[in-house]
Amino acid sequence: MALYSEVVMDHFMHPRNVGTIEDASGVGEVGNAKCGDIMKIYLKIENDIIEDVKFETFGCGSAIASSSMATEMIKGKSIHEAMALTNKAVAEALDGLPAHKLHCSVLAEEAIKSALKDYYEKNGIPYDKTQFPDCENCGHCHD
Amino acid sequence: MHVYADNAATTKMSQVAINAMLPYFDKVYGNPSSLHSIGQEAKEALDAARETVAKCLGCEPREIYFTSGGSEADNQAIISAARVGARKGKKHIISTAFEHHAVLHTLNKLEKEGYEVTYLDVKEGHNVTARQVRDAIREDTCLVTTMYANNEIGSILPIAEIGAVCKEAGVPFHTDAVQAAGHLHINVKEQNIDMLSLSGHKFHGPKGVGALYCRRGFPLTNVIEGGAQERGKRAGTENIAGICGMAAALEDACQHMDENMPKVAAMRDKLIEGLSKIPHCALNGDPVNRLPGNVSFCFEGIEGESLLLLLDFKGVSGSSGSACTSGSLDPSHVLLAIGRVHDVAHGSLRLSLSEYNTMEEVDHMLKVVPEVVEHLRKMSPVWRDLQTGKREYIL
Ligand SMILES: Cc1ncc(COP(=O)(O)O)c(C=O)c1O
Ligand SMILES: [Zn+2]
Repeated sequence: MALYSEVVMDHFMHPRNVGTIEDASGVGEVGNAKCGDIMKIYLKIENDIIEDVKFETFGCGSAIASSSMATEMIKGKSIHEAMALTNKAVAEALDGLPAHKLHCSVLAEEAIKSALKDYYEKNGIPYDKTQFPDCENCGHCHD
Repeated sequence: MHVYADNAATTKMSQVAINAMLPYFDKVYGNPSSLHSIGQEAKEALDAARETVAKCLGCEPREIYFTSGGSEADNQAIISAARVGARKGKKHIISTAFEHHAVLHTLNKLEKEGYEVTYLDVKEGHNVTARQVRDAIREDTCLVTTMYANNEIGSILPIAEIGAVCKEAGVPFHTDAVQAAGHLHINVKEQNIDMLSLSGHKFHGPKGVGALYCRRGFPLTNVIEGGAQERGKRAGTENIAGICGMAAALEDACQHMDENMPKVAAMRDKLIEGLSKIPHCALNGDPVNRLPGNVSFCFEGIEGESLLLLLDFKGVSGSSGSACTSGSLDPSHVLLAIGRVHDVAHGSLRLSLSEYNTMEEVDHMLKVVPEVVEHLRKMSPVWRDLQTGKREYIL
């Protein structure tokens, strides 16, 4: 199907890192079923390094491919590098997404940030709140 | 194996229709308005096509107006009735909540001009009743417009009963029969239909051509102004090849309707029965009064676009009413209108069959659809929450 690039289709058809982590260091979930995309990210962090990452996604091809790509991009990286991941970088790594599908890739960035926030909170690590999106009013889903 | 199961979107052209078109590209290419013999030959073909379409609908040839498709016919029918109404001070229209956008958006335009529209509720039985229509009719109602059969969920409306109600109340009745023509028995006189829209490409004819039946004496308003074609009601040099292809396809469909209908319905029923076994799913649309080729389900815990992509990869072309397939953020208004909440409306799948499908193809779909649904559920956090009791099942 020409709707998506070959990279998107590859990650959609063969998503990397699908699943859950039992004793995850941080878990983040963003989106809601009402707007059609939900992403959940599980992180296993040791010595500030993302040792393992898994995801579950309810959503379109673009949402699933973005989750898969984003998890690949942060695996083995430091939490600071993971914090710096943008949806633009995810979309670029996917060889681009159709314009009306970009909002689906935003969720990947937000899910990772949300999981990192959970990790900081669980471990009492101070963090800069302004770095995190307020998912209660994320703009890509209207009511 | 590749299974085309999106016949409600459009159909493959039949050889009969293709052959009927061919002479009009390079042999009988005249303009029907021209006086010379090449033009007059084209005029004869046009007249013959009009007669064929009229015969299929049970009306007179002069009551058929060729258009560019179903959308244009819908627009013209509704605008015409609205203009007649306005002259009598009547500006109320009755329709349903699950019409095609060709009807809904035309009604929205009229609402902005000061018309009032009642959209009949379709939650009960995923259909409307003639009783609902009767109860909604007012002194100032100038039109009842309800589709003949729904394109997404397949419900067939009680058209003859609605026609009778409208006739008794003296209210013009238009029906968007784009999904019905060539598939169901239509007789506009017996069913008291004043205006009816159809489209060539839904019954193995060409795209970009349709027809509006308009009862003799009902004044049409032009949507396209210009020359005097179509009795002055629709300007533009006629799409002769398209019109002849559509007429041939319609005639062919009507001739074979009684053999195709049970064949297609049997495939539909097998597909519905098999897919119903998938846990936490629901059939959309009227289970009894249903288009022979329509299968429409919602599957909880998954999203429709990813379902379609995977099915396409496995050789099945279907469609979905999920937000991510429409390009908007809302799922299909039809699914919302029948009461499906957003969460499950996103997980919809429509498989629409024609007589070109086979039982082997149905078996293939019965194999791959459950596999794909299970695959997507396995990676869905919503499905996990449903399974672990963190979220309650809706279906
Ligand atoms: C019920 C209904 N009405 C109208 C239309 C529009 O027809 P067309 O594509 O010929 O304009 C369609 C088809 O898409 C339809 O299914
Ligand atoms: Zn999406």
